[in-house]
Amino acid sequence: MNSPLVTPILKSTIETQDIKTISFRFPGVIHPGQFFMVWIPGIDEIPMSVSLIQGEVKGITFRKIGDATTALYNLKKGDTIGVRGPCGHGFTLKGKHLLFVGGGTGAAMLAPIVELAQGEKLKSTVIIGVKTKKELFFEKRLKKSGAMVLVSTDDGSKGYKGLASDLANDVLKKETIDSIYTCGPEPMMKTIFTLSKGIPFQASLERYMKCSIGICGQCCIGKGLRVCVDGPVFDRNTLKNVDDFGVYKRDAAGRKILF
Amino acid sequence: MPDITTTIGSLRLKNPTMLASGIMDEDAGSMQRIIDCGAGAIVTKSIGVHARDGYPNPTVVELDHGILNAMGLPNPGIDEYGQEMNQLRKSTAPIIGSIYGATVEEFAFLAEKMQLYGAAAVELNVSCPHAKRYGLEVGCDPTLLRTITASVKKSIDIPVFVKISPNVTDIVDIARAAEKGNADAVVAINTVKAMKIDLETTRPILANKTGGYSGKAIKPIGVRCVYDIAQHINIPVIGVGGITTGEDAIEYIMAGACAVQIGSAVYYRGPDVFHQVCEEIKHWMRTHGCKTLTELRGVAHR
Repeated sequence: MNSPLVTPILKSTIETQDIKTISFRFPGVIHPGQFFMVWIPGIDEIPMSVSLIQGEVKGITFRKIGDATTALYNLKKGDTIGVRGPCGHGFTLKGKHLLFVGGGTGAAMLAPIVELAQGEKLKSTVIIGVKTKKELFFEKRLKKSGAMVLVSTDDGSKGYKGLASDLANDVLKKETIDSIYTCGPEPMMKTIFTLSKGIPFQASLERYMKCSIGICGQCCIGKGLRVCVDGPVFDRNTLKNVDDFGVYKRDAAGRKILF
Repeated sequence: MPDITTTIGSLRLKNPTMLASGIMDEDAGSMQRIIDCGAGAIVTKSIGVHARDGYPNPTVVELDHGILNAMGLPNPGIDEYGQEMNQLRKSTAPIIGSIYGATVEEFAFLAEKMQLYGAAAVELNVSCPHAKRYGLEVGCDPTLLRTITASVKKSIDIPVFVKISPNVTDIVDIARAAEKGNADAVVAINTVKAMKIDLETTRPILANKTGGYSGKAIKPIGVRCVYDIAQHINIPVIGVGGITTGEDAIEYIMAGACAVQIGSAVYYRGPDVFHQVCEEIKHWMRTHGCKTLTELRGVAHR
């Protein structure tokens, strides 16, 4: 039933100065790309992609940006949160050489699918795009999985200087990629979607969410696709018919906000 | 082939299933999907004069036999909502504009806008159980409700439906007030005021603490309300509350409803529930030798 499981935080790990991973016990199978609704009692309940899947222990990785994420950031081991889910559909592995592109905190939710791909002996190239070196996280973890990890920074403080989508374009020119997986700022994902035409493509979208069970309509895109239930991962065939993709999202009141 | 067309006053529907307000109806794309899934009519999100964010989450929690919500009337405001309505101007199903307000003037203003946007009717939300100053605070005062209904009726030419609440001492009194205000139909029921407390955190789960209960659990409450209302007023009644299957819809029709609205069942069965319920209604009619819905309407009163 879709109601929160109240569970204590097992571990809280600092990834960068404003990004943390917290883990907790949550029984059940989670497919990479699915998300939880995380309830911080008295504050809010927010969608959070799963960044860690280790048997019964699951984790989320997030940046401190608003009231809810700041409250979550300040919680300590043993404090309780409510976890509802898993919500939505995750990624599907297709092909032999896969390209993963994570922008900002997007790398967090790609990590479990990269690890799954490596476990299935597929070749993975991962691009982590951040503004600056200080914001980089999960590089070690992804390298440990055996994937080829490339870093791009906007300021050139580490790796490729420039946008993750430009680096992705370079990789696509040099390598034969069977499938692309991406999560991050939507304009970045839209750019990759456009420049990689023909190659199977899956993107994880983010929208303001309320019910997370497909009824309230808050997160709908295109012709009534519910990001919470029909997504959050959508493939190229679906996205090509979604006019909002990379163009606008909606605020809590349902007003359009251009990217 | 059984005929499942129906009428609500002057409004003709190809089938009796309508999308209930608040479910997948904040944008044109979602409403189009529900039309494509076979709904006979669409009721929009409840729209007010100004944009509202609604309450913080949790706004929805599933319980054993239903769904508890306190969304807090989120909507982009009537001006911005015009964009969504415009995209549905050529729609094959009637779009009914749901509106909420704090004053008589607000209701009349919103109704005029909805008419301008091409709405086939308006539905007055005077029954939201969890929004302060709006909804139920209007809908449990028969005199105020009658004044609002009459005022909206005078300001527009399209039909006016009034959606009423079960959270009152006598729902028939409220339905009568709508009728006296010249409403074209009464919609019953809105959600039932309820609460869920989490034992571990010792607090209500919903951020708003109380919310409205919908889904299977409230169907018998809705059926009773529709039965009582239909017996005492002479305008059409639209049944809503826990309708998930064709048989649920038929039960409401037997209680006196001319059409039904479906909301929570979009969760239980997905958006295709409209098509499924229609097929189930037809199947029931075939196996019971019934040709039209009119034959079934209100038969439980005999």
